[in-house]
Parts: sequence; C-alpha cells; structure tokens
Amino acid sequence: MRMTRYATLATLAAGLALGAGARAQDTVKIGLILPMTGPFASTGKQVEAAVRLYIARNGGTAAGKKIEVILKDDTGVQPETTKRLAQELIVQDKVAILAGFGLTPLARATAPVATEAKVPMIVMAAGTSIITNDSPFILRTSFTLAQSASVIAAWAAKSNIKKVFTIVSDFAPGIDGENSFKSGFAPSGGTIVGELRTPLQNPDFAPFLQRAKDAAPDAVFVFLPSGQGAAFMKQFAERGLAGAGIKLIGPGDVTDDDILNGMGQPAIGTITAHFYSAAHDSKENKAYVEAFEKANAGMRPNFMSVGGYDGMHLIYETLKKTGGKVDGMAFVDAAKGMTWTSPRGPVKIEPDTRDITQNIYIRKVENVGGKLYNVEFDKVEMVKDPGKK
Amino acid sequence: MVTVLFDGIAWGTLLFVLAVGLSVTLGLMNFVNLAHGAFAMLGGYVTVVMLNRFGVPFLLCLPAAALAAGAAGVILERTLYRRLYEGASHLDQVLFSIGLVFMAMALADFIMGSQQQIVHMPAFLRGQVRLMPGVEVGAYRLFLIASCGATALVLHFALVRTRFGSRLRAGVDNARTARGLGIDVERVFALTFAAGSALAGLGGALGVEILGLDPTFPVKYMVFFLIVVAVGGSGTVTGPLLASLVLGVCDAAGKYYLPQTGAFIIYAVMVAVLILKPQGLFGRAAAR
Repeated sequence: MRMTRYATLATLAAGLALGAGARAQDTVKIGLILPMTGPFASTGKQVEAAVRLYIARNGGTAAGKKIEVILKDDTGVQPETTKRLAQELIVQDKVAILAGFGLTPLARATAPVATEAKVPMIVMAAGTSIITNDSPFILRTSFTLAQSASVIAAWAAKSNIKKVFTIVSDFAPGIDGENSFKSGFAPSGGTIVGELRTPLQNPDFAPFLQRAKDAAPDAVFVFLPSGQGAAFMKQFAERGLAGAGIKLIGPGDVTDDDILNGMGQPAIGTITAHFYSAAHDSKENKAYVEAFEKANAGMRPNFMSVGGYDGMHLIYETLKKTGGKVDGMAFVDAAKGMTWTSPRGPVKIEPDTRDITQNIYIRKVENVGGKLYNVEFDKVEMVKDPGKK
Repeated sequence: MVTVLFDGIAWGTLLFVLAVGLSVTLGLMNFVNLAHGAFAMLGGYVTVVMLNRFGVPFLLCLPAAALAAGAAGVILERTLYRRLYEGASHLDQVLFSIGLVFMAMALADFIMGSQQQIVHMPAFLRGQVRLMPGVEVGAYRLFLIASCGATALVLHFALVRTRFGSRLRAGVDNARTARGLGIDVERVFALTFAAGSALAGLGGALGVEILGLDPTFPVKYMVFFLIVVAVGGSGTVTGPLLASLVLGVCDAAGKYYLPQTGAFIIYAVMVAVLILKPQGLFGRAAAR
C-alpha cells in the first residue's frame, strides 16, 4: 500500500517534470548576436549566412532536438548593447546557448552574463586571446590574432625580412597582433624599425604610410579590422611603397575574402597568414564555397563565415554527445577536446583553454582566373593560441 | 617634409570643398544644416554606381555627382528646409537635420549595403608623380589640389564679383530691405542651398578615393565639417579655405610627427583659434 502510494507520487512527479520540461526541451534555442548593421555589418552577414547554411545542409534538428536560432543585431560598436541583448535572450527568450560576437569588446562585455546564467557562449568571430579566459562557459570557433601574427612573424624571419614597420588598429586585437608579431620576430634576429597605432575610425592612412615608407623597412606588418583593408591597400600602392621594394605582410584580416576581389591590382602580392581562405584546396571547402555562394547570391565566404559554420558544427556535435541536453558546464565539458575537419582544415577545441587549435596557412594574393584569391603556399600545422599565458 | 605638407594641403582642399557648402548655409542663410554630409554621401554613391556599374569615365562622374546632390538639395529645400527658415529655433533646425542624416544613412544602408565602397581610378590618376628629385606626390592628390583650388577660385569670384553674389549678400544682411529692392530672396536662398549641396556632392565624389564611403559617412565626417566652419568663420570663402588648409596640414603633420596624439591635433588647433578669435579666423557676427 505504502509502496504504491510512493510509486504513484513518484510517477506523478516524474510526469510533471517531464511535462514541464518537454516543451522547453524539444527545441534548443540559440541566441545569435551579431553586428548586422553599422561598420562591421560584413562580419554579421557572413556569420549569419554560414549559420543558416549549416542548418540547411545538416537539417533543423540535432540529437532529436529542433534547433531554433534567434538573431539579434548589436550594431557592432556598443558593448553595453551586446550585453543587454544577451540578458534579454536568456531571460525572455530562454535561449540555451549564446553565439556570435563580432568584436572583442562585445564578447568581453557579455562574458559575465554567460558565467552568471551558466549558459554556453560560442564566440564565432572575435579574435583576442584573452576572451576565453573571461568565462569558463566560453568556447571559440574563430581564431586568435596571436595565431596568425606569430606565424607570419616566423615566416618573415626566415624569408630574409630583417626590418619591419608595424601598423595596427588601436584596439585590443590590434595590440594583440602587434605584441605577438614582435615577440615572434625580434628573437629570430629581426628588428622593428617603427610601430604605429592608428585610431579605429581613421579617415586617412596617408601620413602613417608615409612615415613607414621613410623608415625604409623590408616589410610593413599591418592589422586592421576587416573592411578597412581596401582603403589601406590603395594608399599603400599610391604611396609607392611596393615600388620601393617594401612588402606588405600581416594576419589575413587585411585581405578579407569578402572584399578582396574589389581591391584590384594593389592587393596582388600581399602575403598574409590566416586560418581560412576561400581558395583552400580541399573537398570540404569546395563544397562549402559552392553551397555558400549559391545560397547567398554569389557572396564569397570569408574567414568570419567559417567561424560561424564551425560554431554550429560544434553545437550540433556536442548536442549529439550530451543527448540533446544543454546544462551549462556539462555542455562545455562535452565540447572540450572535440576535433573535426572543417572547410578550413583540421580543427580542435583545446580542453584546457576552450580555444581553437588549427592550421595557419601562409598565403599570397594572386589573380586566379580573373579573380583575386589568397592562394595558400605554406602552412604551420595545428597552431595552439600562443597568446595564452 | 615636402610630401607631408603636400598631403596636408590635398586633405585640406578636399575638406574645403566638402565643408564650404555648410559654411554658406550656416553663415549666409543662418541655417544649421547637420545633414550636409548626407549630400556629400549622395555624391559619393552616385560616383560609385556610375563608375563601377556603368563604366562612366571618372571626370564625367564628378559633375553628375554635383548635379545629383544639387537636385536633391533643391527638392529638400523646397519641401522641407524652407519651413524652418523663419520662426524656427536653431534647436529645431538641428533636430530636423540630424533626423534627416539618420534617414539618409538607413536608406544608403538599405540600397547600397553597409560595406565600404571601392572605386578604381583611371590610370592617369594612379600612382605617383615626381615633382622634383626626391619629392614624389600622389597623382590623385595633385588632381585634388588642382580641382579644389579651381573650385575655390570660382566660388570666391561668384560670391564677390557677380550680381547673384551681391543679391545673396544683400538678402542675408537684411532680407526685408532686399525684398523691397525687388530681389527675390526666396529664390536666391533656394539657389544658394542647391549650390551648397552640389559642392558637398562634388566633395563626396572626390573624397571616395581618400576617405572611403559607407553609410556612416555623414556622421563620421560631420565633426570635420563643423570644425572647418567654426575655425574659418562662417559666411566667407577665404575663411573656410584657410581653415581647411590649416587643419589639413596640422592633421597630416600631427599624424606624421606625433602619431600617438596626432588625431587630436586638429581639436587642439580648433580650441586655440576659438579662444583667440571666437568668431573664427575670418568671422563676422551672425547676420540675423
């Protein structure tokens, strides 16, 4: 008698729990926060297109759960806006996962929200090393500037480039890039003949480039957020730096695939190190580029897009491992150590830093069949983020 | 050294063409038009579309851009701006024109997308020209100085030497008396506004190569325009010209010699000038 009563109660409780849980648990909501308008809208558009493409190619369900993406536009410039949107997504829309984050300050402002709400946060774009230290719930599928900058530094040092002038954008990723370039380049015998930081909103690169030219380096190392590359490239050519035998090197942001083809002649010959080029030679990438261009009226996928694509892959695969459950730490733990073959090549989520380890390719801008591409000619395999202490 | 000076002058003359229209509307017509940059943006986009999509020669794009911006100026002046000439406070004008800026930005974003626009110059405007041994200057900047300088001359002449110029100045100094003398002040103002907008359009077209172009253009460069007018004093041609040149050279030299603080130099110059001469370099007391 007692037994049955308890059994009934237990069944009832279980039933209630299931009933309450079922509605929320049938779908996994992902809050995607991206700059869809404003100066960094290119990043938002690329990542969103890739997220949608992943869902289109892999089906709208993972581990039996329906995947629902809620997109919010943070316009890219106000960290407070991003943070507020993240709070709203968690409290009102009850999202299980946060994703997106176009720029470092935006991701960093949101990190405390992820920690407090115990919600996994997938950084799909922002590239400063420190981001993953900000919350144990952060996983990154994009890249760090230190990865690209350290590789180009090593390449420059062994390619007979002795004197380098650095020009970086004056905000966190730029300074990260500058530091990791210097620490990779100086010990191998190179000298930095000058370093400049340009304001993030800078009307005219001319004086900076003139100064670089007057310093007569072997190469100029440049980091600018994607979008400013075209203006810089033009002035680089106009100033006659290339004519004076000065090479242009840097992380791949400056030769962003999204705008590279529009840069024209001046961009040819630029040597960059980065984790993704639309010209990457693999069957995964060929299929990816073809599907992406088809779904987006010919828009070429850039490195930001592949961060979004792999972010979705990480979510799908982790859900399969956890049987569709997203409870904070367990999800993050299941994601740690995950490896797969991305359109960019092999990648791994490092268990200790939750950051991405990947091949960094050395590429040169070339004219391929009438269009400009970053053509890969060398690579360093499985680069861990060197910016982690 | 010479190259830095040259860059500064090129940047300054471009700033002049962009801002002189604002100086005219603000100084002569006493209207605070923060939407000035939107006309410049229109000129820029007209150039981009004509040059990149239809392959129109760059030199033909310039007058087209000016015409388009001027036409937009006339339409907006007749339908909207004129309502705020009399009786409206400066605050109304500011609120109205900043609203117009946001609308223009959203429209540009909707039609053209938010990315930076890239234009490709004809071959004779690319690369560098050797002026004398050791001094190489950008061909496009040389072209800028020449065309903007010519614009300044024409403008000065039009304002000081022509009948239209004297009518305009009369209308500004005392609209009632001018009307009494048979001057159609309304029409003169409308034409002036159109000319100011057309100049902005021209500046926008010339500036795409140097400043870039995206929907945030009107806000990004608004401060520069306002500084030129504030430092130069409104209502003249020589004032803004001198102010633009001073600011352009200071900006370029500041960024070259003191790269860490260079971006702030122009603000320092502005503060210094305004402390010494609150009306600007060539200012005169507001007309009304």
